[in-house]
Parts: sequence; structure tokens; C-alpha cells
Amino acid sequence: MTPEIDALIKFGINVLIIIIKIAVVLGVGLLHVAYATYFERKVIGHMQVRLGPMRVGPHGLLQPFADGLKLFFKEDILPDKADKPVFYLAPVIFMAAAMVNLSVIPFASNFVIANLNVGLLFVLAMAGIGVYGIFISGWASNSKYAFIGGLRSSAQVISYEIAMGLSLVGVMIMAGSLNLTDIVRAQQESIYGMYAIPQIVAFIVFTIAAVAETNRTPFDLPEAESELVAGYFTEYSGFRFALFFLGEYIAMFIMASMATVCFLGGWTLPWYITEVIPFINYVPGIVWFLMKVYAFIFFYYWIRATVPRYRYDQLMKIGWKILIPIALANILVTGLVKILI
Amino acid sequence: MIQKEAEKIFETRELNVNMGPQHPATHGVLRLVLDIDGETIVKVTPYVGYLHRGIEKLGESLSYFQALPLTDRMDYVSAMSNNIGYCIAVEKLLGIEAPERAKFIRTIVGEMSRIANHLLWLATHALDIGAMTVFLYCFREREWILDLYEMICGARLTVTYPRVGGVRNDVPQEFLESLWKFTDEFPSRILEYETLIDQNRIWLLRTKGIGVISAEEAVNWGMTGPTLRGSGVPYDIRKHMPYDAYDKVEFEVPIGTEGDTYDRYRCRMLEMRQSNKIIRQCIEKLPPGPVMADAPKFTLQPKDKMMPITHPIKGVAYFVDEKVCKGCGMCMRACPAKAITGEKKKPHKIDQALCLQCANCFVTCKFKSMKIVPGGKGLSDEKLAELAKASIPEDIVKAAEHLVAQFEFIKKGPKAPEGELYVATEVPKGELGFYFVSDGSGKPYRMRLRAPSFIHAGCLPRLCIGHLVADVIAAIGTIDIVLGECDR
Repeated sequence: MTPEIDALIKFGINVLIIIIKIAVVLGVGLLHVAYATYFERKVIGHMQVRLGPMRVGPHGLLQPFADGLKLFFKEDILPDKADKPVFYLAPVIFMAAAMVNLSVIPFASNFVIANLNVGLLFVLAMAGIGVYGIFISGWASNSKYAFIGGLRSSAQVISYEIAMGLSLVGVMIMAGSLNLTDIVRAQQESIYGMYAIPQIVAFIVFTIAAVAETNRTPFDLPEAESELVAGYFTEYSGFRFALFFLGEYIAMFIMASMATVCFLGGWTLPWYITEVIPFINYVPGIVWFLMKVYAFIFFYYWIRATVPRYRYDQLMKIGWKILIPIALANILVTGLVKILI
Repeated sequence: MIQKEAEKIFETRELNVNMGPQHPATHGVLRLVLDIDGETIVKVTPYVGYLHRGIEKLGESLSYFQALPLTDRMDYVSAMSNNIGYCIAVEKLLGIEAPERAKFIRTIVGEMSRIANHLLWLATHALDIGAMTVFLYCFREREWILDLYEMICGARLTVTYPRVGGVRNDVPQEFLESLWKFTDEFPSRILEYETLIDQNRIWLLRTKGIGVISAEEAVNWGMTGPTLRGSGVPYDIRKHMPYDAYDKVEFEVPIGTEGDTYDRYRCRMLEMRQSNKIIRQCIEKLPPGPVMADAPKFTLQPKDKMMPITHPIKGVAYFVDEKVCKGCGMCMRACPAKAITGEKKKPHKIDQALCLQCANCFVTCKFKSMKIVPGGKGLSDEKLAELAKASIPEDIVKAAEHLVAQFEFIKKGPKAPEGELYVATEVPKGELGFYFVSDGSGKPYRMRLRAPSFIHAGCLPRLCIGHLVADVIAAIGTIDIVLGECDR
């Protein structure tokens, strides 16, 4: 056997492993979206003294499939004056930009599709591309509500991206890496166990910015139904609407994963917990990862059930006048501490 | 030169947005045409009339009793208050007064409808501003009130429970007990809503300083109700021109100071507490007695009073007196069994085998050609002629006369004195006025409604201009309009 063939086989095996990983992540990701909607409806339902879905399957467990089927078979309405190719393209961009992020998230100690050394930047960049999906959907629909929604959303996402990026700089300084896996390892080795403790300010800024980034209450202005009907996807129906919906929930999952990876120690537990309860080490890391992610997602839902919506100018004020200066100050302090120690 | 050309190329225009008539936040079918510069409102033009059903015109062809259900369909959120307003106006016109117990019952159900209305207002207002949970909390209590309505009259939304001269029926004891329980619990439920929004930073940001209108301007715009009181004008018809039992209960009229959306919100929240207080006092003071005024000429009496003699449906037969019958065909049309036959201008004939003895032809005939004889179903003509010769028993004649009188009374309405009259009541949304021009018949010559929603909808441009798009939603919520009432 020549070394070339050996290398080829190795390459083939690697590709196969990656494909399997992709299939697993994609399958689990989509299933997650389906049940994230169910989870949201149940959580909010119980917070609002009602039951949530109860009819399809026991406790409405099959509701997400019923919804998916319904959306799939619905008529795909194309507005007469829409810019057709762009109209078709927008949800795909939005969804793809959200899904690509799944490839760099480390779910467990060695489970990551692409171990990029600029994973953190990649996620931010993809969030930026997602805005194109929103904006051109608003533009291509040729509807005033969608147009205003698209404009609002792009302004909002761009402003809050800055705050979010800046809040993550503190984490980068402390970990000394942009690789998400390395960031988790660095947290495990540090005395804090998770960066949420030393970087508490950045964590708060990130949490707020993440809510705005995913267009959730109280920052859901782009799709504020009481003002703009449904915002940028007003004109979308059927499966194209479902793509936006999927994209949004995946983006939410990504943001929760980012918070978990950068601030909450990813799949690891802080040493002060594992020291006290040693047998907790036998629990696989993915369990901790998912628990943290779901706690964060639950927090999203909790906010949605509790607070009213901000107005557009107030939202911008918070972004530029409060969050960005705080994030900048945090970078300064983190840098100074890093130099001094 | 270059600048001018550049201006020509980059000419900016306001974006013209059509908000409604189908829009999730315009509370029905209000249509607003907004001119927006960026997100700032430059111009607002409200268009109303998408729900116009001609209630005022319909009222002219219906007797004073028959027009009552129309008022349910005006402000369907608080139908009870509209009914009460109408009944009080007609009572003033006819010069009658409801008995004490009916007055108290009306006050109770009126205040219940105020609470139900304010709950729906709070629910939708909060939902529009984004507070979703308040919406469902409010509906929980509103549902309770609607169930209580169902207990007294069987209907939940369009109740038609009050009547000219009183109320339809007395309230059952279980209703009073359940209502008492409600008033016990309700103040704590209001606190629950307030926990979510009252001190919420976002809520304050969204409502304070939005849609500010000074007291003087609010009066000039014709605002009434909590929308006016939020600006600090303590005008409440319940206090200044008391009707029903409002002069016998103690309550305060909450007012605001700033005249902004938040103050109007506070006013309504306090008003709900006052309504709760009024209901409790009314239940405590509820006097015994009848619930319908004893004025048979002007009111619909209870059914047992209306029909003192047994209705002569069974054991009689009807036949046409050929000498009197003009052959107009009215009875033919009125007969449900199609038992009457005959040509025009020739005496008609009743087929006794088909006749149901329903008396429809009897009350329809203008010429009194229908004769009534004791008998039964399916008599032969000879037998009828024989019976007709004999004198008709006294009680049957009396019953027949009563039946005709009853029919005329229902159909033509109570004889109202001639003249004009304007009566206003305080419905949850403001001052609901009924203006009648009476020509002495049983139907109004002209019925005109002063609907607070219509006047408030006219204020929208004043409240919105200069604010942002999101504030239009807050402004629509704060003036509390229902388009059924606005368009009538």
C-alpha cells in the first residue's frame, strides 16, 4: 500500500466522519427548533395561566410536526410586484447564515464539525450576513410594512452587533484565543471556572445584545406585530415563512450556545463543583452544554412573557449610549488587569 | 446650481402607509393613513365607516322597544352600558321611572360592564405595547364577568338585559353570591396586572409623555370619560347628573394631571377599583321589590301580567265574515299554514282542516272581518255557520281584544309625547348620548347617537403627530375606541 492510497483512505474516513457529524448536528438542530417552539409555547402558556398546546399527541407533544406539515403544504404566495429572484433568495440566506454557525459550536470536548481558529469571528460574521437576508426580504417584498421592518431590523442588528462583538473582546483577551474550543478549555483551567464571573459586565451586555440580535422581545421591533403586522416577513407564506422561522430559532440556539461557550464554560463544569461532587465527572459534557443552552433559552422565553416592547429610538439609545460604552469600558479594564497580572 | 440638481435627484418624500382597515392593532376596522418621515409621523388621517350599519336610521323604523337590541351592537365590548343608556333615555322621554330594585340592579350590571370594558382595554393596550401576559390575565377576569352575565340573562356579549322601565328579570341569589366573591378577589387581581406593567421601565418609557393633551384642549376636542379625566377634568356624568342608583352610592372620580397615556392608564385602573366599590355597595343596599315599572301603557310587563286571560288558542275556530272582508290579502300572507285562500277584492276563506288556530290572521286583519267562535280543529262549514249564529262567550271576546291590543302595542310602540330630548349616560368609553325627536308616535322621528368612540377617533391626529410609528399604536389604545360604536 502506497502512502498516497493510505492518505486517500484517511482523507475519505475524515470526510465520512465530518458528514456524519454534519448529519447529526443538522438533524438534532432541526429537531431542536421543532421542540424549541413547543417549549416556548408551553413555558409562555404556563406563565400566562393557560396550558399551551394540548391536542396533538399527549400534552401536545406532536404539535411541532403538525405545524411543520401545515407550513409545508400551505400555498406559497408570491406578491405580484415583488422582486422575484431576491424574494426567493432572502429566506435561504437568512436560514443558511444561521445554520452555518452550527459548524463551529463545540457541543462536547471533541465534537465540533469545523475546529476553526477564528470560530468567534466566524459567528459574528455570519450574524452579519444574516442581516442581508432580513434586509433584502424587506426590500424585495415591495410592501411598506416589510420595508420598514427590514430597515428597522438592519439598523438594530448592526448596532447591537457592535455591542455584542465588543462584549466578547473581554473573553478573547482572557482566553487569548478566538477558537471556541480553546476558549472553553481556558475557562476550565482558570480559577473562576467560567468567564461569567470575571466578565460579568460583558456577560450582561452580551445577553442584552443577544436578545436584540435575534429580534426577540423586548427588542422585537422589526416584527412588532402590533405596528408592522409581521415586519420583514409580512409577505412570506408557507415554507418560505417556515425558513425565516427556522432561521430565527436556530439563531436563538446559536446565541444561547455562544453565551454557554464564551461565558458559562461550555461542556465543562467549574472545578469547585467537580471537587465537591466528584462523581459528577461521569456525566457526559453534552448534557451540561445542553442544560446551559436551555437555561439561556428559557431566559429568552421568560423575558418575552414579562416585558413590553421598546420603541425604536429608545432601542437605539440603549444600544449606542449604554451598551457600547459599557462594553468599551469593560475591554479597557480587562486589558489593564491582564497587563498588570 | 449643482446643489439644486442634487436636490432634484435626491428629493425625499414622506412614506405613505395605510394602517388598516385590516391591521392587528387598529381595534377593529379603523383605517389610518399615515405619512411618515423616517419613523416620525407627519400626518394622520383616520377613515371611519367600515362598520357602518345604519343604527340611527334603523331606529326610526323600529318602536322604542324594538330598537333596544341595536344598542348592543354598538359598543359590543360593554353592551350592558349601552342598553342602560338607551333605556334611561327612553324612560325620560316617556316620563316613567324604573323601580328602586331595578335601578340598583342596573347600576350593578353597568359597573360590571365598566370593569369588563376596562379589562379588555387594558388587555389590548398592553398587548399593543408588547406586554403579552397582561392580555391573558385580563381575559381571565373578563371571562368571569361574562359568565356572571350568562347567569342573569343567558347571553354573554350582546345581553339586552335592561328594559325600558326596569330590567328583564330579577337577579338570582347565586349571581349575587358569585359577584360578591368576584368583588372580594378583583382588587388583588388588579394588583397582579400592575405588578407587570405599572412600574415597568419600558412601560413608563412607552406611555409617559406620549399623546399629551391639556385639559382645555381635551374639552375643546369633545373628549369625555377617562380619556378626558386623564387630563385632569373631573367630569363624570355619574357624579354630576346622577342616574340609576349612582346618587345613593359613594365613589370617587379619579383624575390625572399630565394628560398623557400613562395618566389615562392610571385613571382607568383606579376607575376599576371604584367600580368594584360601587358594586359592593349596591349588593349591600339592594332593596326588595319589583324590577319593572308599573306603567302598562309604556312598558313591556312581565309575561304573566301581559296575558291575564288564557290565550284563546285551543278550543276556538276562526272564520271570515264575508260581509266585512275586503279581500286585501293581508291574512293570506300572515297565515303560516297557508290555510287561507281567495282572490283579490273577494272574500277569503279559511280551510278549517289546515288551520292551526294561531290567531295570526285575527290580529292582522284591519277590517275586523275575522270572527272567532268556540269550537275546535277541522269543523265543517255548516257547523261553523251554526256556531256563528249563537252568541260568543264573554271571556273569548275579552281575550281576543286583549290579544289585538297587545299586538298593536308591540308593533307600534308606546305613545311618546312630542318633543326633543337629549339624555347622556357615562359609559366606560365616555359620554354616550341619545337624542330623540319624537312626533308622538311609538317610533322616534329621529334617533341620533353621540358616540364617544367617534369623537375620540377624531382626536387621533392631534395625539399622534410628531411622535413615532409605535406611538400611534399607544394612542389608539389610550383613547379606547370600539369601531362598532364609532361607525354605528
